[in-house]
Amino acid sequence: MYVAVKGGEAAIDAAHRLLAQARRGDESVPELSLEQIGEQLGLAVDRVMAEGSLYDKRLAALAIKQARGDLVEAIFLLRAFRNTLPRLYDCEPIDTALMAVRRRISATFKDLPGGQVLGPTFDYTHRLLDFALAETGNRQEAVAAPAHADAGVAMPHVSSLLGREGLIEPEHGDDDQFPVEDLTREPLDFPASRALRLQNLARGDEGFLLALGYSTQRGFGNNHPFAGEIRIGEVEISIVPEELGFAVTIGAMTVSECEMVNQFKGSKDIPPMFTRGYGLVFGESERKAMSMALVDRALRAEELGEEIAAPAQDEEFVLMHSDNVEAMGFVQHLKLPHYVDFQGELVMVRELRAEREKDEARGKTEVGHA
Amino acid sequence: MPEGYNFAYLDEQTKRMIRRALLKAVAIPGYQVPFASREMPLPYGWGTGGIQVTASVIGPGDILKVIDQGSDDTTNAVSIRRFFSKTAGVATTERTIDATIIQTRHRIPEHPLHEGQILVYQVPIPEPLRWMEPRETETRKMHALADYGVMHVKLYEDIARFGCIATSYNYPVLVHHRYVMAPSPIPKFDNPKMDRMPALQLFGAGREKRIYAVPPYTSVKSLDFEDYPFEIQRWDQPCALCGAADTYLDEVITDDVGTRLYVCSDSDACQERQKGAA
Repeated sequence: MYVAVKGGEAAIDAAHRLLAQARRGDESVPELSLEQIGEQLGLAVDRVMAEGSLYDKRLAALAIKQARGDLVEAIFLLRAFRNTLPRLYDCEPIDTALMAVRRRISATFKDLPGGQVLGPTFDYTHRLLDFALAETGNRQEAVAAPAHADAGVAMPHVSSLLGREGLIEPEHGDDDQFPVEDLTREPLDFPASRALRLQNLARGDEGFLLALGYSTQRGFGNNHPFAGEIRIGEVEISIVPEELGFAVTIGAMTVSECEMVNQFKGSKDIPPMFTRGYGLVFGESERKAMSMALVDRALRAEELGEEIAAPAQDEEFVLMHSDNVEAMGFVQHLKLPHYVDFQGELVMVRELRAEREKDEARGKTEVGHA
Repeated sequence: MPEGYNFAYLDEQTKRMIRRALLKAVAIPGYQVPFASREMPLPYGWGTGGIQVTASVIGPGDILKVIDQGSDDTTNAVSIRRFFSKTAGVATTERTIDATIIQTRHRIPEHPLHEGQILVYQVPIPEPLRWMEPRETETRKMHALADYGVMHVKLYEDIARFGCIATSYNYPVLVHHRYVMAPSPIPKFDNPKMDRMPALQLFGAGREKRIYAVPPYTSVKSLDFEDYPFEIQRWDQPCALCGAADTYLDEVITDDVGTRLYVCSDSDACQERQKGAA
């Protein structure tokens, strides 16, 4: 007998109770605190802050806890919250040359002013499961902070060293001529400025950018990159309140920055020189910063007069599909009911089949007559 | 209303931005107006465009109805209705004639709408030319030039291959003799209801960041050819619950050997009819 599709309301409530239960898991296991998530799953927190476009470690940790560790879901939670916050100021551009560097490496020069600093990296670890970590109560050896000769001194970017010789294109500081648009306040329009593209990539899905960056290395839009420099550390954030008229530092945040140095053979008007791909991400996220820099450079194909042939060079393709909050929503909306459209399709497919059977029957009789 | 949130969730600046887009949309019927869509606490693709439009036009005195697939009780309709009763504290109803705003996914109610009502559609892909041309930069040009050749070729190819226009939902329409518009994935059965509808029709596509509109009493014509006129779906049996023979029917499978029955997709219209008969 027909049972009406009723009870949606009760089902939703029950599902939410089940979710809360599943989130907590076995109650004999201690509940996770936000401090634990923030301290021990710091890179997950960083990813959620970066793609959630909100620098707040505690809220990101809360989102991870609430999302049961599903980072894309956590990113979504943070984005929806961010959207309700008022905008009081635009900060001054951060100066990464003044970064308190925790890690800084260059693949282009063996040694350089400020030195190479490995910092806390997975690089050169052997990826062997450490069974000692399976037990809690591990004590860590204290590591003395490196006595840095150049501490407190500006650490110039590798690109600025190349720039002195004119070997790399100059960076355009054109903010005064073109106020920087805001991706979250204006609808994206094409062609997009580089500033807008970088905003999009900075909050884009890490996996998507990684795959696109990788594709350029495999020949789909190759741009001959060198990791000119990667640096991770703290930068100060300052604002200029109108009533004061001078900059006031309001806090600091961790960022990962990558400058790719890319080959450019020159064109009719421009002599051969190196070009730049740029990546900047909240928190510690070197892989994403590098991917972003590769994709940024690929997206400059048109500006540099290169042929646009690969997906990573295609602005509309990249920018329209990089946002995982948009993508996850639309992919997963397929599980919503589609009874009505499907009924339309059913009616049509049955009609088309009936029509075809009629045609076939007619064809047979005609053959019979002949 | 949850503490810390504005009436109907969105802040007033955002509402003003959306209302401006709506006014432009009403002034240019069928034209897709870009707007700075916001992240909502519901996922993209689940009605965020419709929700933003509703949030921008709703007032404390409004009575809201939300349907999905024609029904008030499908899970996503329940979720959106709750969102507004929580964030705006407005009255809700399941009765089409009582509602001042109806937010819908995939259907137009069977009961004719009247002046003063607003029908808000949730739109997944606002661009009717998208399956023929994936690039927004191109489709915007095509609309600007009213260059709709590809659409007519597509419809013609359907006829050449299948003997009919093989589109059963999201069937393209021409609005006010100018813009080709996607009516959202409503079945083509509902298309004639859009033509000269006394209510205001607003369309919100959150993920794609577009708003468009059909003002009251505007001409909305389903695309067709003189010798292959537009037709709507028909069923050879009436609704098993209310007996209506002129409504859109859902097919319900009742056992594992394929026994089916057909019932109205519009749950309110079906219940009203059953009450009337009793």
